This record gives sequence, C-alpha cells and structure tokens, in this order.
Amino acid sequence: MDKFTKLTAKACPLALENIDTDQLISARFMSRPRSAGYGGYLLHDLRFETDGTSRGFILDQPGYADTKILVTRRNFGTGSSREAAVYALWDFGIRCVIAPSFGDIFASNAVKNGLLPAQVSEETVEKFLLEIANPVGIVITVDLENLIIQSGGSTAHFNIDPVRRLQLLNGWDDLDLTLQHVDAIKLFRANHHKKCPWAVPSHAGIGDVKI
Amino acid sequence: MIKAKSNNPRTLFDKLWESHVITTREDGEALLWVDRHFVHEGSHHAFRKLDEKQRGVAEPELTFGIADHYVPTRGRPVITNPEVAGMVERLKDNTSRHNIRLFGLDDPDQGIVHVIGPEQGLTVPGLMIVCGDSHTSTHGAFGAFAFGIGASEVAHVLMTQTLWQKKPRRMRIIIDGLLSQHVSAKDLALHVITTIGTDGARGHAVEYSGTAISALSMEGRMTLCNMSIEAGARCAMVGPDDVTFAYIKGRPYACKGANLEAAIMEWRELATDIGASFDQEIIMNADTIAPTVTWGVSPEDALPITATIPSPLGLSEARSAYVVEALRYMDLHADQQLTDVKIDRIFIGSCTNARIEDLRAAAAVLKGRKAIVPGLVSPGSSAVKRMAEAEGLDRIFIEAGLIFADSGCSMCVGMNGDLAASGERCASTTNRNFRGRQGIGSRTHLMSPAMAAAAAITGRLTDVRTLDESRVR
Repeated sequence: MDKFTKLTAKACPLALENIDTDQLISARFMSRPRSAGYGGYLLHDLRFETDGTSRGFILDQPGYADTKILVTRRNFGTGSSREAAVYALWDFGIRCVIAPSFGDIFASNAVKNGLLPAQVSEETVEKFLLEIANPVGIVITVDLENLIIQSGGSTAHFNIDPVRRLQLLNGWDDLDLTLQHVDAIKLFRANHHKKCPWAVPSHAGIGDVKI
Repeated sequence: MIKAKSNNPRTLFDKLWESHVITTREDGEALLWVDRHFVHEGSHHAFRKLDEKQRGVAEPELTFGIADHYVPTRGRPVITNPEVAGMVERLKDNTSRHNIRLFGLDDPDQGIVHVIGPEQGLTVPGLMIVCGDSHTSTHGAFGAFAFGIGASEVAHVLMTQTLWQKKPRRMRIIIDGLLSQHVSAKDLALHVITTIGTDGARGHAVEYSGTAISALSMEGRMTLCNMSIEAGARCAMVGPDDVTFAYIKGRPYACKGANLEAAIMEWRELATDIGASFDQEIIMNADTIAPTVTWGVSPEDALPITATIPSPLGLSEARSAYVVEALRYMDLHADQQLTDVKIDRIFIGSCTNARIEDLRAAAAVLKGRKAIVPGLVSPGSSAVKRMAEAEGLDRIFIEAGLIFADSGCSMCVGMNGDLAASGERCASTTNRNFRGRQGIGSRTHLMSPAMAAAAAITGRLTDVRTLDESRVR
C-alpha cells in the first residue's frame, strides 16, 4: 500500500452534500477490470452527457487540471460499499478528500488504498470552498504527521482515526499484520466452534483452516 | 461465552463483539473472527487480489457464493448481455476453483444474498457475518453482528477468515407504540433515517428495541436493519426472541432438534442486560408514523405522503444548494403536494422489500385492480417466487398488468440491465434514491410495497390509506 505523509497539491471545490458512491462510480462500469483504469469513470454522469461530451464539470475545467485534493460537503462516500469508488478517485489522481463527514465503509476503503479522508468542521469546509475557488487552482498542503491543512495564509486542524493515520503514514497492509497472529486465529477457531457449535453451517464438514 | 457476567451489564452488541475478538492491539484495533462470508459477482476484485498474492480461501465451508447483482430476471438461463454473462461466469469460476458453495443462476435456492442467507438458515443469532455489500446490515435482524465491507476487506476475509476492526460506538433506538394500519417497517425505516439523517448513526452499532420492534415480523426487522446503513450505521440489530427462533426452525443450514434447543438457550442470553449503557439513545414513537416516501436524491429526503415538497428558502447555504439541485434533478418544485407527483413505472423488489410478506402486502392492494403504469415485481429469492405462486400472488400481479419475474437485485442497482429510462420516475421499494441509481437520469421515489402498489393503480404517489379501505387489509 502507498504511504501518505504530506501532500502539496491543487485542490478542487465540490460544493455538494451527500456525494454517494453511486455518483463516484456508476454500477455500470464496475464489471470492467481495474487494469483498464477507473479514472475516466469518476463522477461520470456529472461530468459527461450521455453522448460522452463534457458538461464542463468543475473537475474538468483547465484551472483544476492535476487536482489531487477534493474539498466537499458532508457525508462524502455514503452508500454502497463499492471499493471501485476509491479506485475511480485514485486513478483520476485524487489522493485526499477533505469533508465534514464520510461514509464509514468508504473511509475504510480509502485508507486501505492509501487515500486520505481528512475530516474537518463544516465551517472549515465552507472557508476552504471559498478560498480554493478564488483564485482557481490554489495549492494547499495536507500534513498527516501533524494533522494540519495549510491553505494560503490559514491553517486548519483535521481529524482522522489514529489507527488509520498510522496505517497511512506507514503504508501497512492488513494481511502482513494478520499473518503474525496465525496461531491465535487457529486456537480461537477451535475454541469458538466448540463453544458455539451452532455457528457452523449444518452441512459443513469443517476441516483445518487454510491460512 | 455469551453469558453475562454479573456486575458487568453488557449490550447485545458488546456480547457479539467480545465473542469474536481473537486479539486486540494496543491501539484498540481488534482482529475478529468471521462466522459467515457471502461473496457475489461484484467480488471479482477481491478474488483478483487473492491471485496476485497467490493465496487460497481459508474457510471455504464458511464462505458462500450468491449470483444476484448481475443475474437477469427474465429469459433465464440465457444471458444476452456478454458483459453481464461474464460477471456471472466469473463468480462461477472463482467459487468453483476455491470449493465454495455457489447459489448460482440455475440453483433452485438462488436469490438475493440478504434474502437467502436467512432463508437458508445461514444467518442465525450470535454470528459475525460480512459481505462486500453495504446492505449486509440486514442480517442483524437475527441478533447477529453483520456489516458490509469493501473489496480489500473481502480479500482479507477470504485469505484469513478474519477482519481488523475498531469497536463502533453503541446506539439504541427505542421505538414504542405500534405501527398503524398500512404503515410498514419500510415507513418506519424512512422515518428513522429522515429523523437522524443519513449520517446520524455514523460510526455506531445500532440496536432497535421497544414495543413497535418486538411486534415486527422477521421480514419487517430485516427491512429495518437493511435500511439502517442509509442512516450511516456500521451495523444494526434486534435482540433475538421467539419470533426469531420460530423463523430459524427447520431452515436447511441451521442446527436442528436438540442442537437447536441448546442454541436457543444460548441465544436468549444475547439480549442486552438491564443497566447496560449506550453511547447514544434515541426514543421515537411508532403511533404517529404515516406512509412515507422520498422526494429527493438521498434516503433522508423522506416525508409523510400527506406532506408537500420542501422549499430551499430559509435553509443554510449548503442545505439550500442541496435542495435546489435535488429538486432540479427530480423535476419537482417546492410546495408541490407529494400526492400530485405522477410516476412512470413501479418496481417491487430488492433486499429491502422482496420477501413474501412484502409481496403479500403489494398483492393485497393490487387484487382486482389494474396498474395504469408498467411495473416489475422481482421476488427476493426463487423460493419466495415459488411461495408467491403457490399463494396465487403471481396471478394478482400479472392480472394487474405487472411483470412477475425471477429473483435478483434487478432495478435496485440496474447492473443486470433492468433500468428506468432517463427522465422516468419510478415508485420503488428499494433502498437508494441516489441520482442515476436506477439508470442514467432516472428518478426514484422510495416507499413500501403497499405504497408502490397504490402508485401503480393511480399513476401518482398515493396514500395507500385513501384507496378503498375496505379492500386493503
């Protein structure tokens, strides 16, 4: 997994509440292999007409080319658990989303792919939305080590769960951590199935765990 | 294991959590054991991760494959769209090479994962259940710890049968009183979501209790827990009781006979102890809840059917911008009566509202009547479909002019090609009214099966209570 420590990049304002994961990537693109790249599908129906012509959505305006940070309103990434929403953001080039709140599953998926969900107050978001719209394409810095966002002259604090912060800073992969506990897993499993025989499906002939 | 220690009153969720912790790190993250893992066509990203890491499935006997997201609802077993056929085929390949039991397209027990898990007895109290689908919260209706996960986590569960999680906060929503006639668990769910907001339960494990909840059938409890993700909940649950145990009895994969009796004794201990504390408690009353429909593009945009569409005037800047854009997308105007909104089609289906009780409620409204707009009824499972046919519900739908089709996620997510056209307005029993969810430019109004049936008859959003009341039980 990619590490996230400090990012200085162009930020784009998305002044909308409740951008759900269906908006981030429509279900109709999700059968495509990741290797094809998901960036073109990001917020597709807000960005493109049905014939594929651009609707001039803010992300596609020249001033916001090479945006790596999104600033948006409450409840970003709500809805479906589709990790493809993160793939679309990542493949487009987005590495950090700043919002007052995030869908739980989205935030978890984001961190597992190295993308930072930075939580700030509603007031801070409103302030940033104004700042980064004028002048267009302003560069801001997100510092995960110190939990600080610097935009022009102003500085704001942001929040992220401490565990997720460490995961991003170190680029940890869950599997590596889990494999250090294989013996504990096997022991737990044996005890659990002894104590809770009803937890095993009645048809199953449970053999050894194959981790 | 589950039994309460005296002096340490615990919530249902505390008990579920503690009985699945393998180890807890210093930073508070716990490694949890997964009892049941469901995969579907959309899980292909996770299987690809397995291949990349050259690892196998740790517990194929605890993993179940279900073809639901992409399956056609008509013309089976032929799949005309090659992209859709590829997704169904890929699930078959992935489950077969990892020795996972698949409820595939041609299986007599095929259906939507959150319908067939319970139906097959794979969902029982006390379990931790995960699936790469946010509506996995449905299974919490049985007093299970059930939640949706992303592809990275699906891959991790496949490889290890475990998951790292931070313990969510605990929220109790107490709903006393009783739902009125024609008001269902769906109305209750929409009422809860609009009251607390789509992020109102974010970061929380929600337990529902109160007289209105105890009075719900398992189907109703599933609808409520299913929709709780739309209030941002990590998971939702109802303490298991006699209603739960009666449902489980005789289900194929659940334990039976003396084993079931012993299990029930343990499951009773799952109930939240007297004096257990919650991080947040919300109290509501069911008596005054009316049939509820959505007007906007988020499930929180819900109102009683008797209301008028809200105005953006007098709201905060952010909220006002949201309402203006939602009304533009939905082609509605402020202060319009909800009951004046014309619809183009209806859909009765999805993991939210396609169980037998839902089909019965819709059929009771439609019996002897004609729909004046087209509509699709997709039962939650092939078993529900057979049951509906045995009861003659299929005839009622067909005679009303609706299509009675096979089971799948269908128009809830549109992956199989069941879509509303751009600009079409659909009265839908599904869970999300997001922009474009039912097709590019489609407009969705969420409601109960009885309300969708009423809308089919009049061609507009309709208060089911006003339709010939003697006819509607």
